[in-house]
Amino acid sequence: MITTYLVVATFLGMVVYLCYFVATSEQEVLNNSFNSRQEILIAQNYRGDILSDKGDKLATTTLDSEQNETRVYPYGEIFSHVVGFSTHGRTGVEAASNYYLITSSAPITDKVVNDVAGNKNPGDDVYTTLNTHVQETAYKALGVYDGAIIVTEPATGKIIAMVSKPGFDPNTIDADWETLTKDKSSGKLLNRATQGLYPPGSTFKIVTALEYIKENPDTYNNYGFQCNGRFTLGDSKIQCYHGSNHGYVDFKSSFAKSCNSSFANIGTKLNKVAFRKTLDELLFNQELPVKFVYGTSSVHMEESLSDEEIIQTSIGQGKTQITPLHLNMITCAIANNGSLMKPYVVDCVTNSNNSIVKQFKSSNYGKLMSAEEAEILRDMMKSVVTNGTATFLKNADYTSAGKTGSAEYNSKGDSHAWFTGFAPADNPKVCVTIIVEGAGSGGDYAVPMAKRLFDAYFEEYPINEE
Amino acid sequence: MQEYVALLSKYFIAICMAVYTLESFLVFRFKQEEARRGIYLRQTILIFFIQFAAFMTLVIKSGDLQYLLFYGIVQLMLFGIIMITDMIYPRANRLLINHICLLLGIGFIILCRLSYQRALKQFVIVILSMVIAMFIPSLIEKWRFLKGFKWVYAVAGIAGLSAVLIYGQFSHGANISFSIFGITFQPSEFVKILFVFYVAASLYESTSFLNIAFTTVFAALHVIILVVSKDLGSALIFFIAYLFMVFVATKNYLYLLLGIGGGIGSAIVAYHYFKHVQVRVQAWLDPWTYIDNQGYQVTQSLFGVGSGSWFGMGLMSGNPDTIPYVEMDSIFSAICEEMGVIFGIMLILICISCFIMMMNMALLIKDNFYRYISYGLGVIYIFQVFLTIGGSIKFIPLTGVTLPLVSYGGSSVMSTLLMFYIVQGLYLIRQKEERNGRRKKRRPNREQRYRRETETIPPEDDLVFLDRETE
Repeated sequence: MITTYLVVATFLGMVVYLCYFVATSEQEVLNNSFNSRQEILIAQNYRGDILSDKGDKLATTTLDSEQNETRVYPYGEIFSHVVGFSTHGRTGVEAASNYYLITSSAPITDKVVNDVAGNKNPGDDVYTTLNTHVQETAYKALGVYDGAIIVTEPATGKIIAMVSKPGFDPNTIDADWETLTKDKSSGKLLNRATQGLYPPGSTFKIVTALEYIKENPDTYNNYGFQCNGRFTLGDSKIQCYHGSNHGYVDFKSSFAKSCNSSFANIGTKLNKVAFRKTLDELLFNQELPVKFVYGTSSVHMEESLSDEEIIQTSIGQGKTQITPLHLNMITCAIANNGSLMKPYVVDCVTNSNNSIVKQFKSSNYGKLMSAEEAEILRDMMKSVVTNGTATFLKNADYTSAGKTGSAEYNSKGDSHAWFTGFAPADNPKVCVTIIVEGAGSGGDYAVPMAKRLFDAYFEEYPINEE
Repeated sequence: MQEYVALLSKYFIAICMAVYTLESFLVFRFKQEEARRGIYLRQTILIFFIQFAAFMTLVIKSGDLQYLLFYGIVQLMLFGIIMITDMIYPRANRLLINHICLLLGIGFIILCRLSYQRALKQFVIVILSMVIAMFIPSLIEKWRFLKGFKWVYAVAGIAGLSAVLIYGQFSHGANISFSIFGITFQPSEFVKILFVFYVAASLYESTSFLNIAFTTVFAALHVIILVVSKDLGSALIFFIAYLFMVFVATKNYLYLLLGIGGGIGSAIVAYHYFKHVQVRVQAWLDPWTYIDNQGYQVTQSLFGVGSGSWFGMGLMSGNPDTIPYVEMDSIFSAICEEMGVIFGIMLILICISCFIMMMNMALLIKDNFYRYISYGLGVIYIFQVFLTIGGSIKFIPLTGVTLPLVSYGGSSVMSTLLMFYIVQGLYLIRQKEERNGRRKKRRPNREQRYRRETETIPPEDDLVFLDRETE
């Protein structure tokens, strides 16, 4: 008897396991490039369209009179990285949604008609969260500069725009492939928004400030510092940006004016073990909860760190590296009361009759910080706009908040211009992160771009007057 | 048109299979064999429905008429198995026969789709096996002296296994087969049966510690030869069968614990000394990292199952050919891919139904020798099913054994048919025991008292779980 029960229980376990496997991994299994079954689907169906949030075609398949398929990208270079390409391997949405694009959920009656006529079935279409107007604005805003822009909605995690420059034209990817892969220096195929690792510069002061608030929850407002343009500790010395002298600054104005000396001073007061824990909570050195390819941000923070290193780290220089995507996620969490919505780019899948096959929903990753901490940081980021380094945004129709950064990347003092922030300041709808490579200061170059993007977003998605 | 037929037949097959499975468990509700006749008949019809729908899909999808011919001969054979068994052994267990036909039928469908040549070869072997198998129940019933031949079984078994070890040809990482006149044998498949007979005969003589220790030495010899031949799947099956047979004979948990402890110990030793054990464990733990190497078979098998999803891609619409050794080790994945995971789960349930039947037989037969045989064969059967299905879906490491009656493999299908017909023979013995018991009007034991009280004295209520420990 006991053997029978044992066997039945084991097999029950196996059946449950089998069901679990089928229910959870069908998509991933079919999308794996080692799975030759994709070829069957590709032979049966032609590739579906990739569409913007409002239905503009970002990628489509055209058929000539002999039913030969060509993949066309009407927006060319503008969506090159985020939409990706499907020959020479797959990238972007073309890769992530490959399974949906080659599967046909067309009604059986249509399939039979196609079957009889000897035609392929239309693959399913994929609606993205991307907005054409915002994406185009981002593309134009970067102008001649290299860099990246990412625009998201903090309350949902929807990615509204994602641009990386320099780009490439996916329509001519076959012809350009040789040159694109040979040219190692410009890295046109790299999606800088998700994979580009940059020194965070002063935008990292958000993190340093958060740690100081955490360690001194009641007394952080009593902080004060006399800035004379530089800070020395032993042999280590740093200067404020372009040697500015900020005079007496408190905690909030240190942040608003982005005073390096003051933040270096704050850095020396922090507990490294606690700081490490905060960095872990903010997903540094860790995997991000996203379903596309990205780079892993890295920061060194351990007990053995020298004074020089801790000072450099506090102001976002030194060995610290971050992706625009990651900085955007931290900003989103601040805007969304501390909790992070997982960023996503695919909204839903529809069949050829435009009825929904699969709808993706926003999902909450969890808290990166407490709601109180997020509120304090929001308040500080507002002051950056009202009387700090981002005053260019002060006179817009909407309120906004953010943090600028000018990250030095060589010994000559050349810097990348950063801005990360959100609008409206008190009820954030949209979050923007910008990096302009080698442009100069964030306040001068990145902030005006942010204004154009906020404007474009509110033109597309007006704030309700109620 | 093709699409419609393929789609319809896909769902039709799944439904038929579900109904068949349901009925094989519903049958336990009826105690009278007469009342079960209706269910048996319906099951037989369902088997032929499944065959029809599947082969029609093959014909329409491929446009190849040779499938039609094969369909014809397979149907004739299945029909023959049912009719002839029923004619020679009217008292045989019909549910088991139905299961045999269903499993053979599924095997032919999927083999035919994978490789027509192999399906044809398998067909010839099944015919040959059935001719032999038809004699077995009556021989088992008549030859009561079989229990005295313990040394014959042991010597023949060890000799058979050693022969492979010495003359064996190299076949996928293990010495498991050898050829005579161009026909390849895999003796371990047949030695399984001899092994069960040996252990049953020995334990029948005595369950004293001394005898068990003695028997263990010879059982271990079987296992060691298999391990040296690198046929670890079979070694595991022999080991488990022995362990559970000793347990059921002695009812001593100490032996079971000792055995499991020893098993884990040897598994660890095997892991450290055998390169191909390490490879398989690695492939099991993380096949995706080694996807183009040792993990290839497992991941391709998983692709099959995952791509098939609940209702499958439809026969001829999947791509199971990419799975290595698909006809042998990974036939279950091919079935899931084209006929669906629901169909696969029903298949598992039917295997369990076969097993429960053998366990019941073991519970009810009074003669300990036959009881141990029924039990041993049942454990061997279900453990093999577990190894092959569990391996294909990454539930356990892949061991490369066949799915009995379904997979391609002459030795495997022949030995399994022999096993099932031995069980039929035991079934006849049990009924005889019961008739004799009633005629002699022996002092009623608990089981009979129970029956008298409930006033149902069915002749063949073998499928009721009854505890006979107080016999």
